[in-house]
Amino acid sequence: MPNPDSMASEATIVDEQVLFTLADLCRACNASGAQLIVLVEEGVLEPVGSAPENWRFPGPSLARARAALRLWQDLDLSAAGTALVLDLLDQIEDLRSRLRRAGIR
Amino acid sequence: MEFKDYYATLGVQRTATQDEIKHAYRRLARKFHPDLNKQADAEAQFKDVGEAYKVLGDPEKRAAYDDVGQRYRSGQEFNPPPGWDGGFEFSGRDFGRGDAADLSEFFRTLFGRGAGAATSGASHRTGGDHHAKVSIELEDAYRGARRTISLRVPAVDAQGQLHLQDRQLEVNIPKGVRAGQHLRLLGQGEPANGNGPAGDLYLEIAFRDHPHFRVDGRDVYVDLPLTPWEAALGATVSAPVPDGAVQLSVPPGSPTGRKLRLKGKGIPGKPPGDLYAVLMVTAPAAETEPQKDAYAALARSFAGFHPRKAWEE
Repeated sequence: MPNPDSMASEATIVDEQVLFTLADLCRACNASGAQLIVLVEEGVLEPVGSAPENWRFPGPSLARARAALRLWQDLDLSAAGTALVLDLLDQIEDLRSRLRRAGIR
Repeated sequence: MEFKDYYATLGVQRTATQDEIKHAYRRLARKFHPDLNKQADAEAQFKDVGEAYKVLGDPEKRAAYDDVGQRYRSGQEFNPPPGWDGGFEFSGRDFGRGDAADLSEFFRTLFGRGAGAATSGASHRTGGDHHAKVSIELEDAYRGARRTISLRVPAVDAQGQLHLQDRQLEVNIPKGVRAGQHLRLLGQGEPANGNGPAGDLYLEIAFRDHPHFRVDGRDVYVDLPLTPWEAALGATVSAPVPDGAVQLSVPPGSPTGRKLRLKGKGIPGKPPGDLYAVLMVTAPAAETEPQKDAYAALARSFAGFHPRKAWEE
């Protein structure tokens, strides 16, 4: 009896359990190793491991790296400016989340 | 196909210098960037601005566009002149970022020919990873769901012309996914160029707005209206949760704003989130005589109750 679900693609959640190597993350973000190394130097991305070849990026790094690369390229920012924008976006998200908890949309 | 006036999109004169064009683009890109501007139409405006800058920011493309554009106004029906694609060669570097799906048909007709060079030039063995955004219901995160997703995938034909192909994909959305997270579908990205493995497809998840529930990370909030007597005397009330309803025990003397936590009733996972019922004490209007008498009796019973006491000192 054929499984009716057999045609559907299985999706896995890219959560903290998923670990990307630098090469994985480059491919997933369509970025160069040099770009991601700069984002690590600026503190935007925080992999575990000592040297780039040992780095492991937890799953949520994907969303963060993509946002950083979009802002960096689309707005012609410097790497330090990109890191600053992401920090400010984190602060805005924190405030938005307080508003959501308080019931203000 | 309509002619697009890229100068109007950037709000610059046709005589603008490259520097003026760059500054106009940066100003508008900051204003509409979807990471900075959460309004619904910001992303579409950002794409228009980006497309205009792709053309006007590159003197080679700008010259080609000006050559055609002399004969058209914005919104006018546009037909590419015969032999158009023979006269210009473009580097094709704009097609490397996998964002071709964002470009208009107008742009692709004018400049799509460069795509072949970009794709055939880079002979990577592994297919690239693709990305798309998907909006799901909050309930889908509680139960898991099977969804059909429509994707527009750029593809280059034998003539080197760029086309968008529609692709339908059935996806099992796993239970426990949260807004802002990515799902990974192995091997569903760009096909390999040769025998290597295909790329992966990543879906970025967003929740549609829900009429009752607010979501914060893995926690879910719902406003729970109570009558004054339920709030004062305590009650067992039925409260909605995204996968059904629960019986909730409201302790006596519960004020508006108090949060009752339902541990583990948020978005499932390890650990699961919590669900918070935020109490909202709601007083009815007194319309009939007996209702007015009931409020008057309340007033007599609570003669010592002064909610504005702090102002009177």
